[in-house]
Amino acid sequence: MKRITIDPVTRIEGHAKIIIQLDDSGRVAGTEFHVTQVRGFEKFTEGRPFYEMPGITSRICGICPISHLLASSKACDAIMAVRIPPAAKKLRELAHCAQMVQSHALSFFYLSAPDLLLGMDSEMASRNVLGVIAAHPEMARDGIELRKFGLQIIEGLAQERIHPSWIVPGGVASPLSGAVRDRILCDLPSAKAIADRTLSFFKKALDNYKDEIECFGSAPTMHAGLVDRKGNLQFYDGELRFRSRSGEIVEDAIAAEQYADWIAEASLRDSYLKAPYFKPQGFPEGTYRVGPLARMNVADQCGTPLADAEFVEFHQRFGSPAHSAFLYHYARLIEIVHALEKIELLLADPQILEKQVRATGGVNSLEGVGMIEAPRGTLIHHYKVNEEGGITWANLIVATGHNNLAIGRSVQQVSERYIDGNKLQEGMLNRVSAVVRAYDPCLSCSTHALGEIAMRIQLVDANGQLQDEIATP
Amino acid sequence: MPKKKLSIRIDGELINAVEGQTILQAAKANGKYIPTLCDLEGLTPVGACRLCIVEVSGTDRLFQACTTPIQDGMSVITTSARLTHDRRISLELLFVERNHVCAVCVSNGRCELQSLASAMGISTVRFAYNYPKLGVDLSHPRFVLDHNRCILCTRCVRVCADLEGAHVWELTSRGIHSRIVSDLNQRWGDSRSCTNCGKCVQACPTGALAEKGYAVEEMVKRTDNISSLVERREVQV
Ligand code: SF4
Ligand code: FES
Repeated sequence: MKRITIDPVTRIEGHAKIIIQLDDSGRVAGTEFHVTQVRGFEKFTEGRPFYEMPGITSRICGICPISHLLASSKACDAIMAVRIPPAAKKLRELAHCAQMVQSHALSFFYLSAPDLLLGMDSEMASRNVLGVIAAHPEMARDGIELRKFGLQIIEGLAQERIHPSWIVPGGVASPLSGAVRDRILCDLPSAKAIADRTLSFFKKALDNYKDEIECFGSAPTMHAGLVDRKGNLQFYDGELRFRSRSGEIVEDAIAAEQYADWIAEASLRDSYLKAPYFKPQGFPEGTYRVGPLARMNVADQCGTPLADAEFVEFHQRFGSPAHSAFLYHYARLIEIVHALEKIELLLADPQILEKQVRATGGVNSLEGVGMIEAPRGTLIHHYKVNEEGGITWANLIVATGHNNLAIGRSVQQVSERYIDGNKLQEGMLNRVSAVVRAYDPCLSCSTHALGEIAMRIQLVDANGQLQDEIATP
Repeated sequence: MPKKKLSIRIDGELINAVEGQTILQAAKANGKYIPTLCDLEGLTPVGACRLCIVEVSGTDRLFQACTTPIQDGMSVITTSARLTHDRRISLELLFVERNHVCAVCVSNGRCELQSLASAMGISTVRFAYNYPKLGVDLSHPRFVLDHNRCILCTRCVRVCADLEGAHVWELTSRGIHSRIVSDLNQRWGDSRSCTNCGKCVQACPTGALAEKGYAVEEMVKRTDNISSLVERREVQV
């Protein structure tokens, strides 16, 4: 039996490894998707004051620090047992929507656009952001603009781009100024125009990807995500809903502190990442997906007019639930539209300028859970503290964790379709990494080297002898 | 009786000073900069950090400016390759000794240790990190002590003894095992002598002592109440 290993060549910790197992006739026998991740996190934070957790956990990830700040601060709010001021809640939501826009724009324009615009089999040397800039300069410019729009909101709020310590337990550190609000409102129309343009372009281009839509992780799974009581898509608040493979609601209105009644975590061999599953169905039947696609499947509607129209069209074209992982890209674009509408609504509310933005409190509860929808999916922070507020136990369930098993299965599906025999072909390598990219997993390497996931595939025979090897340059 | 005037040279420049001043005091009074870390005006100097070292003509030894009294005719050098080298090593050793994670610290951006390091261009250290396992004392209702960030400057010990007169803080053990303790090694929250005045927190140059509830970068230390007390101390009524 031969083994193909796809291993990223990266200097940073936290990377993915794909092992493709071939049988004697050169067909795919099985695949495994491994993520190495920050380990011993629980040990590391033991004894720290709980209110330091937002700062500490947001350093886990350089791509979506705001998600950790939000989930962590919500867990701290619960420990302090405070209700945060209404303006603070709106401001947190505003920062969150801005991050959603910038993170999705990064995923779409920088990481996936090379595949989508230039083609999976195009020349590898130019299949990157620079290639996109050369071939589709308007598109590349749009991507940069949209990302900048999101980042500037965060900057305006937090005065720091990457790790804003502005979201704090009890609310936010400082109120929003009228000047910053007006500046955002002034840039909003052009951001909305970009989102609209990109979405129209993508919808037209979808016909070129019939093959990918069909085999890119189209195996049905359950889906999970947050919705409000009316079934509207929720990023910051809301309760967890699970839908079955065929689309029925199997569980609804799960509050943050009840997550452990419904989600259990299996430890995987050779992987530091745990695999969460829906408890009542057991492992691995209870495997579910989270993230933009799952949110589209879980919600009844988005709750804002433009996004709702897109939501309807999305499901008309691909059914409900839609299962192909390729549609994550589509869902991401709809969510950008929704997030921009949300930003507009939030800023239109005069309450957002109120000066009271932070509640204070000591330890009023020995346990707290914070749950949000990060760009990549449901994120849960769960802490236990002693009477003095020192952390005694911490558990984080991250989006890539929920999707772990599904990504593995999608890789298998793509491999089966594109890998045959003992020779490795470049287009195959890229398709395997493209399906991983569709989930936009939160790996340090996913933004490495001009949007390429740096990886190496090795074909190794039963005796460990190298048969063939290709790698991204 | 008026104090005797002395004249010394600092970096070649002739300076009028007063008997009883330390090199650091004379330098400060004449606008000369010498880096310090454990020194805080008004507290008994102890020479714990070795950052204020200077060269003195006629001897090969280095002297701590904060604890060395001036002598008439003394010639002091405050900047040289040798001094820079030694100061850097002192700072690097402070960083490797405990767990200083600036990115998640309440004092990030306002820490004296950090700003000295960046002024000296230290971005990496040449020694292996010690990674000691140290605790955080959260027992006090208002304040928190994080041993991971303590550099043993003893400012807290001295401000509590010299200004508040409560003598809560002490040093225990020796060498690498040294630690500050409150009330003969009780938890801070159980201390009967602590008056909750918070002077130690304000005097601490790092995030080791902080007010509770502050997020990353939020702790602003205020030493103005300490310096006004020091001024008032000199006033005869
Ligand atoms: S706690 Fe602060 S003031 Fe006290 S010795 Fe440590 S670093 Fe110095
Ligand atoms: S300031 Fe003189 S030894 Fe620390």
